[in-house]
Parts: sequence; C-alpha cells; structure tokens
Amino acid sequence: MTDLTNLTLSAALDGMAAGDFSSEELTKAHIDACMDAADLNAFITTTFEHAMDGAKASDARRKSGTVGKLEGAPLGVKDLFCTEGVKTTAASKILGEFTPTYESSVTANMKADGMVMLGKLNLDEFAMGSANETSAFGPVINPWRKDEDLVPGGSSGGSAAAVAAGICLGATATDTGGSIRQPASFTGTVGIKPTYGRCSRWGTVAFASSLDQAGPIAKTVKDSAILLGSMAGYDPKDSTSIDAPVPDWTKSCERSVKGLRIGIPKEYSIDGMPPEIQTLWDEGIAWMKDAGAEIVPITLPHTKYALPAYYIVAPAEASSNLARYDGMRYGTRVDGADLNDTYEKTRAAGFGAEVQRRIMIGTYVLSAGYYDAYYLQAQKVRTRIVQDFENAWESCDAILTPTAPSAPFAVGRKVTDPVQMYLNDIFTVTTNLAGLPGISVPAGLDKDGLPLGLQIIGKAMDEDTVFAAASALEKAAGFTARPEKWWT
Amino acid sequence: MSETVSAKDVKKIARLSRLHVEEERLQPLADELNGILGWIEQLQEVDVEGVAPMTSAVAMPAPMRADKVSDGGKRDDVLKNAPKSEDGFFVVPRSVE
Repeated sequence: MTDLTNLTLSAALDGMAAGDFSSEELTKAHIDACMDAADLNAFITTTFEHAMDGAKASDARRKSGTVGKLEGAPLGVKDLFCTEGVKTTAASKILGEFTPTYESSVTANMKADGMVMLGKLNLDEFAMGSANETSAFGPVINPWRKDEDLVPGGSSGGSAAAVAAGICLGATATDTGGSIRQPASFTGTVGIKPTYGRCSRWGTVAFASSLDQAGPIAKTVKDSAILLGSMAGYDPKDSTSIDAPVPDWTKSCERSVKGLRIGIPKEYSIDGMPPEIQTLWDEGIAWMKDAGAEIVPITLPHTKYALPAYYIVAPAEASSNLARYDGMRYGTRVDGADLNDTYEKTRAAGFGAEVQRRIMIGTYVLSAGYYDAYYLQAQKVRTRIVQDFENAWESCDAILTPTAPSAPFAVGRKVTDPVQMYLNDIFTVTTNLAGLPGISVPAGLDKDGLPLGLQIIGKAMDEDTVFAAASALEKAAGFTARPEKWWT
Repeated sequence: MSETVSAKDVKKIARLSRLHVEEERLQPLADELNGILGWIEQLQEVDVEGVAPMTSAVAMPAPMRADKVSDGGKRDDVLKNAPKSEDGFFVVPRSVE
C-alpha cells in the first residue's frame, strides 16, 4: 500500500469511502508518523489511544451508513481549543493541568463530522508570537530545513509543522494578526482565516476577541475548504457568530476566475522585502492574468498604520481577557503573603515574557487618561482601514499580496527589538482589523529552497471568491515540493 | 502623546496588571515599552476627523436571547480545575482583614 500519510485529506476521505483502507489503518499510519516526528515538537499533548478508539468507532459508523464530512480523518487541534477531558494549555504554564469539562464549538462541529483527533498542537503562548518561540513547551521546528533548525512561523506553528510533515491530514488553527497564514507561508501549506464571525469563538482560549478567528491549515486549497466547511457555522453561544448558511466551498475551488478583478495594492511593496518575494508576487499576478482574471492596481493608503493599530487593540483586549488568570478558579497558583501578592506571583510565574509585555502595554493604553489617545484612536484608524478596503472593492473582487515579508528564519535568532518581530504580520494583519477573509497558498521556493506563500484577500462573507482565486493560484503555481524527511 | 514611560510608571502598570516585577527589571521594561509606544506614536498622524471608532468587524445587530436559564447545575465541573476547593467551594486567600 502507498504511504497513507502522503495523501491529501480529500484523497483520504475518498479512499475510505471507496473501501481502499479504513480509518483505523489511516490513523495508525499517522500515529506512527507522529511518533517518528517527535523532534519537531509539534504536539503538546498526544491522544493516540483515543484516536485509535475514535478511528474504530468511525469505521463502525461508516459500516452503518453514517458518514460525516471529516469521517475517520486523523487531524490535529491547536492547543488553544478546549477539548473535553484533554488537557488544554494555550502553551502557557499558567493553565497548569487545566482539563476542560466542555468542548469548543469548532472542535465539537468537527467531532460531530467524524474527526479523529491525534492530539493538541503547540503554539506561541496564548497565540502571541510569530515564530512559535514563546511557547512554554519549547519551540516547534519547521520540517523545512537549511543547515540549521528553522521556525515554522506562529502562532499556529505546531499546526503548520504537523501538516507540512504529513503527520496530520489537516489541523485547526487560529489567526489574530496572521497566525494561520504566516505559518502556512513558512511551511508550504495552505491556511485560511475566514470572515470574522464565520467560526464560533466559544471554547477557544481568547487572545484579542475582536480579531481572533479560527480556520484550518491544510495540504491543499480544497482540503482547507473541506475543513472550514466543518469548522464554520452559527453558534448562539458566541454573540459575534454570523447567522448565515455555510456554502459548500469545495465547489468554489472549481469556479473559474475568468473576468474576476484582482486588486494589487501598491502599499504592499515595502522597503527591505527580499526581491524574491516581489518576483513571486509578480509571477502570481501573471498566473492570475493567464487564468483569465483582470489585474487592477489599487491603493490601500492606511496599510502602514495597520500594525501599530493592531499593537494597541490586541494588547488592550488581551490585558482584559487574560485578567481571568488569577490562580483562583483554575490553573496554577503561587501562594503569596496576601491575596494581591498571590495574584501577582501567580501571574508573574505563569505568563512568559512576551505575554507579560503585551498585558502591560494593554493595561497602559487602557489606563485612565490614555484611553482616548491610544485605544480610541486605534479603533478610528481601524475604521479608516475598513474604508480603504471598501474603496478598493469598487474596482476589484479580491486582492493578491505576498503573505509574509520573509522566508522562515532560524530558531533562536535573538530578536531584541519586539517591533522587528511584529513586522512578520505586516501583510496579514490588515484583514484581521477589517474582519475580512484571507488565505495563504504556497507559491514557490526561495533561493535556499524554502517555501513562500501568496495571499488572497476577499470581501467579508465572500470566501467563495477567495477559494476560487486561491485554487487558480495553486493550479498555476504547481507547488509540489515537500520537505526532505530529516526527522526520522 | 510623546511622553515616555519611567521605571516608576512601569511599577504602577505592573501593579494594575497584577504582575510581580522585580526592581531591577523596571528600567529594562520601561525601555522596551518606550520602544513599542514610540513606534505606535505614528498613529497620531492619521486624520480621524469625523471617523467613528470601529465596533464590529461585520455589521450586524447585537443578537437577543430569551431571558431564560439555559445551562447550570455543574458545580463539580466548575470546581474540577480549582487549585484548591473544599465542600463545594473555591478556597482562596483571605481578602478582608
């Protein structure tokens, strides 16, 4: 039999439907691959026994004629989604042995659709980071390598590395400023952040609630459409959940882009960007043109203000969301002289340096006398960014940009300036601020043989066009490169 | 808005954040925060005259629900992850002297 871990999710689902192999065989093959890939540090918690039981149950369901959208597929879950009976850490020490007694809505949807969960995937602590190096459980190593260990991007670094290494058929992820798309770009995988509100935030550990959105990381655009189709859907338990039907996005992947107007924002050519990324972007433009799309130059004048606005809004919301970690109701507690001392010692010991930095920035910008100058100003700038996109939609239907300003870089590269690290999200963060869908598609390799991605941004609720354009890009790019298996 | 944050300010921010910070970390943290706040400063250039702050990513009315109990009776579940609990209660440090 061919190596089942080389299959796409779509092919694996077809193979099980055709009776070529069982979920048990498929799951076993992935568990073996996971064990071989321990050096990648992609998992925080594995649930292999549960997975085997789940696979057998799935095979039994299939025999009885019940087949869900993800029936029998072994997948990974970012350790930011609460999973009933399975430890959930957010890659932080502060949650200790926290084991939810409930299931996040996103993973509940996937389990109802037949997912087999292989385990909980590593990430940046509370999803705050762009290299997966802020995890309390150690960095994730990118399967793509060049003489030295490289980061998989972040925050969904475990999800991206696991899919790129072929140890999960797909994985859940979350994106607050680029945390699905940048790691997808760094690992040669596909990652989509849907419109804000498509996926319920209920039961997902909160970072910045007005920006957080779940989505999948997958091997192909079609796989990502299958996964998102299961993850998305209205949930009354999230007051920002959108009550709209979830279309069959696998059909969108077959839609032609003939006549589609693709916007090219001039502001996304930035100083210091490697020329290869500009070249790849130019190639992407040519591919879209060849596929029948019309290329339209556009302007998004407030682009340069997106990151600074993000670094007010996200820490402000984080400082509020993370106030709940006080060592009283769950998680770790470090006893102090009195209640306040216990709070302060618990939080100082439980949160890592980057999380503490962001909590303090957030607390500062929300503190008395500064709210108007910082948070209110940032929310107004956010409206300007939304207006930029609204103006652009008058002349285009989707936008093509690079996903990240660099290829994956070395693990342990000491970044002393936090602002330098924040620049990783420069092309992705605008869609979070505006709530728009964005997808990263692997489009080429750089001179060192490392993957680079291109991004398609769409109108709110128009994932249909995003998937269509992404599929055209994927087809034209013909990206078939896989990392050499050095880890076994 | 071009004020800078001092070590004393960091002490106050840390206190508000309920984060214990050692004395010798105050100045390095002040420097880091000033680096980030200095970079954020450029937002002041943006003309936001008459612009409403963004409140929602997708325009939709706030959903209403019936004022009815929909969940509950889960005391043991709620206490399951408590660092300390006793007789169905959380046990916390004394907060009133």
